[in-house]
Amino acid sequence: MPRLLLFIPLVLFIVLGAFLWKGLSIDPRELPSALLNKSFPAFQVPALRNPNKILTNTDFIGQPVLVNVWATWCPSCRKEHDQLLAIAQEANVPVIGLNYKDDRSAALAWLEQLGDPYKFNIYDESGMLGLDLGVYGAPETYLLDAKGIIRYRHVGVITAEVWANFKVMLEKGWSNETI
Amino acid sequence: MKQFKTILLLSIISVFFTSAYAAIEVYQFDNAEKTARFQKFTADLRCPKCQNQNIADSNAEIARDLRAKLQQMLTEDKSDKDIVQYMTDRYGDFVLYEPKITAQTYLLWFGPFLLLAIALLIVFFIVKARNKRTNSIELNTKQQKQLDGLLNKKQDS
Repeated sequence: MPRLLLFIPLVLFIVLGAFLWKGLSIDPRELPSALLNKSFPAFQVPALRNPNKILTNTDFIGQPVLVNVWATWCPSCRKEHDQLLAIAQEANVPVIGLNYKDDRSAALAWLEQLGDPYKFNIYDESGMLGLDLGVYGAPETYLLDAKGIIRYRHVGVITAEVWANFKVMLEKGWSNETI
Repeated sequence: MKQFKTILLLSIISVFFTSAYAAIEVYQFDNAEKTARFQKFTADLRCPKCQNQNIADSNAEIARDLRAKLQQMLTEDKSDKDIVQYMTDRYGDFVLYEPKITAQTYLLWFGPFLLLAIALLIVFFIVKARNKRTNSIELNTKQQKQLDGLLNKKQDS
């Protein structure tokens, strides 16, 4: 029996090591959205290009869409812009912009200069729609199904890998359509 | 003397820098109770953008928005429960520094008591085992006689 007790430190080491090893691959910034599998929050916010046009959450029901939260003050948004343009070119899924706490003229100049991947843009000047959506920093991208239910949230830059992952999800669809 | 001047200059500069950083907006409430609730909430709510800062300490854009929202909800006389609900609906349980008691957090809340119970059990068994050992030294009369015999024999030789 005492011989077996000598293995206790080894067992402890293995258990601790396993936890720490797991910890290495967890990104603490990756938070699942609290709105996952829930409807996109209802809103009435003006469009970026046309301040008189009021957009609502019924504007993107009918097919799966990407909602991309961006702003001109966000350097990472610049980084993912080319990828968004590429996604728009593929044209399977419309990309909808949520211009978050930004300046209208700066945002329009940005789209003019770098190209416009968005089907339309919601101009969330106060950031209150962002708050309802649980946005905590740009860029963030939400994947919505045809019923306007949030199926995935990606925090950070959209890369080719992230887009490939999105496409897999879009092809597979969602089994629990009604939640 | 030169060193003193440098230190003085540096401390004056540092004063300017801190004042630039401390530019966190001031909220006024109509009563002390609301001010206290505001302070409690900003201390207990975690900034979603930052890994380990409450929204009172953080200068992140989102922390600023949450403070503004909190102020608005307090002036609208929303209850504590409503405010917590509002925050967790949007940002999940992550925003609460004091986690709710749910099936997921049972281990977190009751784990220490479980460890204490295990420790007490171990102590109990150790004490019991020790008592047993001392008991086993007691001999019956036959054994005692045998022992005495052996001891005497040794003395004789």
